[in-house]
Amino acid sequence: MPPAASDQGDPRAAYLDAASSEPLHPAARETLLAALDQGYADPRRLHRPARSARLLLDNAREVTASCLGVRPDEVTFTSSGTDAVHRGLLGLVRGSRRGEAVVHSAVEHSAVLHAVAWGAHGQVVGVDGLGRVREDDLVRAATAPGTGVVALQTANHEVGTIQPVGELELPDDVPLFTDACASMGRLTLPGGWSAAAGSAHKWGGPAGVGVLLVRKGARWRNPFPADDRVDDRTSGFENVPAALAAAAALRSVVEERAEVNARQAALVDRLRAGVAAIPDVEVVGDPDDRLPHLVTFSCLYVDGEALVTELDRHGYGVASGSACTASTLQPSHVLAAMGALTHGNVRISLTRDTTEAQVERLLDLLPGVVDRLRAGIDR
Amino acid sequence: MTGPDLELDCRGQVCPMPVIELGRRIGEVALGGVVAVVADDAAARVDIPAWCRMRGQEYVGEQAADDGTPAYLVRRIS
Repeated sequence: MPPAASDQGDPRAAYLDAASSEPLHPAARETLLAALDQGYADPRRLHRPARSARLLLDNAREVTASCLGVRPDEVTFTSSGTDAVHRGLLGLVRGSRRGEAVVHSAVEHSAVLHAVAWGAHGQVVGVDGLGRVREDDLVRAATAPGTGVVALQTANHEVGTIQPVGELELPDDVPLFTDACASMGRLTLPGGWSAAAGSAHKWGGPAGVGVLLVRKGARWRNPFPADDRVDDRTSGFENVPAALAAAAALRSVVEERAEVNARQAALVDRLRAGVAAIPDVEVVGDPDDRLPHLVTFSCLYVDGEALVTELDRHGYGVASGSACTASTLQPSHVLAAMGALTHGNVRISLTRDTTEAQVERLLDLLPGVVDRLRAGIDR
Repeated sequence: MTGPDLELDCRGQVCPMPVIELGRRIGEVALGGVVAVVADDAAARVDIPAWCRMRGQEYVGEQAADDGTPAYLVRRIS
């Protein structure tokens, strides 16, 4: 196949991998720059710069709490979304009186799977063809003796399907952990959880800021070594400027989401229809009950990595759940659990300023790209 | 069961090659015939049933070949 000329400079080219990391929101940039000069001191000390840092940290906590509809003392800033997942989930396991088994869906993020493998016993519950957890199976498994915690994501990070987090009828003494990293800020946080986790760089805050929420009164015990910081649920010196910038971005995202979500959902509808018209392409995930900014599809007979590389050459940054190289051993566990085609997979996730022109150009390019890759394989 | 009508040796091939091989050669068996795709690629376990669903063929199940490599059985029904 002849290499296409690079058109990375085309204004209609686009980064479409917001689900991996959303570009920094302008509100976060502004706040971060201002806070870098104000929030450097140790917020536990008693001098003036320390009081200033402490004020900024408390402010970040209050803004975050108000955006998420929780109490400020339920909010902890961690060093990442992954860290928030580990602490949230394993802290509930440690606090459980029933046992160390964690009942979780087959499509949880690897951060949940690794936490379970490290500090609990996992019991996996399957999903349907759209990626939605089999709710009856989940509730049944939750009532079994030895089940300490249930873990269910708010929405799937790879295919966008929303899970029934707020609707689960679990036993009173089996707490729910929800990984809200894929949806936090974009969608209202559902209820019913005892601990939850979010990740700032997925809503347009800076990387290195996670949000751990622990409900007042929840049986949560720190699963890791303690630290004598402002907030005893986490450890390490607080990144005050980044936490404040994350909170500023969250506030803007929540304020803008009615407009942004509607615009993104319409563009995703357009993408779903356009992609489905390409022969032997399957769009994956719930068409309606889904994240507004994300669509995943799989192209039969195409190497997913080649597809990502080819789209990159045309100026589009996208992700893939395929494992079509010798270096990656396993395909996406999410696609596998859904019974979806794992090769030729592409996940497109829109940023807050993705335009219709960018989407239309992608849809113009895609059939030809897929055709050329199929021809190149000499089927 | 009786042996497959056609066996495709896809050992050592990475995705999507086993599925491509299946798509290319399923026409060599008559309607009702069974193709065995012998593949050690992890994606084949998901992708061959998914291919059957997308292409309107019947996924019969999985067996082990003589050397223990998985063999995925597909019946041609269209």
